[in-house]
Amino acid sequence: MNSKELGKKSILTKLGGQKFIVLLVVIVLFAFFAVASPDFRKYTTVLSILDYSYYIVLMAIGVTFPLITAGVDLSIGTGLICYSLAGGYLVVQCGWPVGLGMLVSVLFGIAIGALNGVLISIMELPPFLATLCTCMITRGLGSICSKSFGISWPAASAPGGWFRSIFKVTLGNTKYPLGFLWILLIVAAMAFVLNHTRIGRYTIAIGSNKEAAVLSGINVKFYHIMAYVISGFFAGLASIAYSAVFATVQPGTGAGFELEAIGGAIIGGVSATGGAGSIEGALIGVFVICLLKTGLPFVGLQANWQQIITGLVLIGAVLVDIIKKRREAK
Amino acid sequence: MGEVILTMNDIDKSFPGVHALDHVHFDVNRGEVHALMGENGAGKSTLMKVLTGIYTKDSGSIIYEGKEVEFHNAREAQDAGVVIVHQELNMVGHLTVAQNIFIGREFKKGIMIDDKKMNEEAKKLFERLNIDIDPTATMSDLTVGKQQMCEIAKAISHEAKVIVFDEPSAALTEAEIQELFKIIRDLREQNLGIVYISHRMDEIKVITDRVTVMRDGGYVGTLITNECTKDDIINMMVGRVIYEEPKTKSMVAPDAPVVLKVSHLNAGKMVQDVSFELRKGEILGFSGLMGAGRTETARAIFGADPKESGEIFVNGQKVEINTPEDAVKAGIGYLSEDRKRYGVVVQKTVAENSTLATMDRYVKGIFINKKAEHEITQKYVDSLATKTPSVDQLVVNLSGGNQQKVVIAKWLVRDCEILIFDEPTRGIDVGAKNEIYKLMNKLAAEGKSIIMISSEMTEILRMSDRIVVMCEGKVTGELGIEEVTQEKIMNLATRDIQ
Repeated sequence: MNSKELGKKSILTKLGGQKFIVLLVVIVLFAFFAVASPDFRKYTTVLSILDYSYYIVLMAIGVTFPLITAGVDLSIGTGLICYSLAGGYLVVQCGWPVGLGMLVSVLFGIAIGALNGVLISIMELPPFLATLCTCMITRGLGSICSKSFGISWPAASAPGGWFRSIFKVTLGNTKYPLGFLWILLIVAAMAFVLNHTRIGRYTIAIGSNKEAAVLSGINVKFYHIMAYVISGFFAGLASIAYSAVFATVQPGTGAGFELEAIGGAIIGGVSATGGAGSIEGALIGVFVICLLKTGLPFVGLQANWQQIITGLVLIGAVLVDIIKKRREAK
Repeated sequence: MGEVILTMNDIDKSFPGVHALDHVHFDVNRGEVHALMGENGAGKSTLMKVLTGIYTKDSGSIIYEGKEVEFHNAREAQDAGVVIVHQELNMVGHLTVAQNIFIGREFKKGIMIDDKKMNEEAKKLFERLNIDIDPTATMSDLTVGKQQMCEIAKAISHEAKVIVFDEPSAALTEAEIQELFKIIRDLREQNLGIVYISHRMDEIKVITDRVTVMRDGGYVGTLITNECTKDDIINMMVGRVIYEEPKTKSMVAPDAPVVLKVSHLNAGKMVQDVSFELRKGEILGFSGLMGAGRTETARAIFGADPKESGEIFVNGQKVEINTPEDAVKAGIGYLSEDRKRYGVVVQKTVAENSTLATMDRYVKGIFINKKAEHEITQKYVDSLATKTPSVDQLVVNLSGGNQQKVVIAKWLVRDCEILIFDEPTRGIDVGAKNEIYKLMNKLAAEGKSIIMISSEMTEILRMSDRIVVMCEGKVTGELGIEEVTQEKIMNLATRDIQ
């Protein structure tokens, strides 16, 4: 390819490629549901869509890093429940301050993330297998942490309930989705990390050509672990969002959350074979899934359909990626 | 030529079951290009890996700039000024040129990577080397040649004093090779010590000052390039004089039947209205420049890529080939130019690879008949003279030439009458090359029909009974071996380009 051809980028690429298309999809979906159902148009619906999106968005931001290394983290869903139960147990049963409970949730997430990282980077287990195992482990650990009972973090009105207003604050008689502001800030921060710091750059390098990264003298083992630590850290943050939005956290749940997060990241343009991806894309991609999840019941399609449709959308997103690669290869 | 900058003395290295380096000696002077030659598996790469600390030597010493050194990894060697430009390019396709050059040692502004400064520095570097590349271009968008230039620039940016080029020209075009040589000469002027690993005899004569030859892990000798002939070097490499006599006339009987007829084949831009015939016992050379559509034609015939139109006849019968499975059923075997990707399953054994296309014959009930599999594999290991300790050896452990033989065995086991060899000797050293040539002649003499796609003019002239020349997806001519000259081929190969 000569330099002339290089300069010739499509308008689509300039607008951000897949991200832009997915953003359009989000808008179209929202418009469709809003037209189809008067109930969907209500402010409370929008509020609840946002409420239920936070923990998935946070997981998706984190899991983008392992995905870019051409790996995956399946432990974030059950992990999230586990971290929430552990922190919540200390708060509710042992009387720890809420802030400390939240810290425990996050540290727990980091610890499991580091474990994943060590298994994958040092012990060289395939990421799928390693995180499938920690998925099972965190599921069991969660039940043990809460002695198999559901945990209800303090309600908004109860002492210590302040933390729920991190995500939804009531001013006067109106509730505001404050959480969305934090999400936007976090997305901006992590996009910076991915594109302008070593951690991000080496994450891409590992996913694109690991051998080259090793031969360039990069401490690949360390940065490979870091990708999973980031994923674990965000699963920890997601557990706080979950604790704050839901009244009760039930042990034994959480399996499947990771698929919504991974699906969102991939719809948003993370390459299915590693090496490329974006945080903004993951955010937008998750909203496709959240809109389908919330919107389809409003037009009379139940949860089963939502899963089938999400699956189909995901196949479409991966196909787009693969077809794009095939074109480039020609 | 300056004083010695690097000496490797008496280097010994064993892997389980293999004495990879047997007391090897090698040295480089400042301002010198020193060729390191040897067949595949001779130990060149192992020696360089010992130098840069990827492998640990069992004994011997490395003296660099007058001091004994031992590098523990590529990074340490780099920092000291010893850099390898690898044969397989080590670039991160998703990052930009500048990001690749400075990977692992990025300039920083606070916690942020300073991409602007990296772009500026890369630009300066390219100016110094007289290379025209945009530092902000994405690496995967560049040609292989440009990528290699980036790799060289990266090596130089390490303040390298010794640069090892590991088969740098393998994937380059003629013009790119000339550019590479210019850079190497500049580096020599700047008093760097350069190690040049290559199989191409012509290049060695052009660019190097001295030649060291290795064979089977051992040191054979060092010659001054100007004072030796190609044959001297080849003799040292293989330990015997070889080379099949080039063909002067077609070996095909005039009344030999047509076994394969391709008629008006179309498949995308690279295959336009291609027609030709292949006769029994013939070696039909396919010549042309890179991107002339030869591989695409082969893949379309083999059913690996979809056809738009056209007919294929095998032994006079029209056949429908839509998948490689159809092609194999019709008796066509395809030996890909890229063995590692399409030809062999490297993590499987010689036996498993040999029977891969014929599995159903070696299955009894639901079990694989290991004994029969071993017997047939052994038969072809013997008849093709494949160098392998046993048929249970993993293919990944064989040299390039021997891997190629395993692929050939696979199709022979399948009784394929028509074999398409796509660049059969790419990345294979002289000794093994000649064995492959002998083998192809033997197969043709036995009545197999061969299509040989090759970018090496000497190979085309040496092997073919008849030559089809392609250019930009079209057949531009057909020449018998009696009338062919290099000029005629080049004329046809460039016919549509002017």
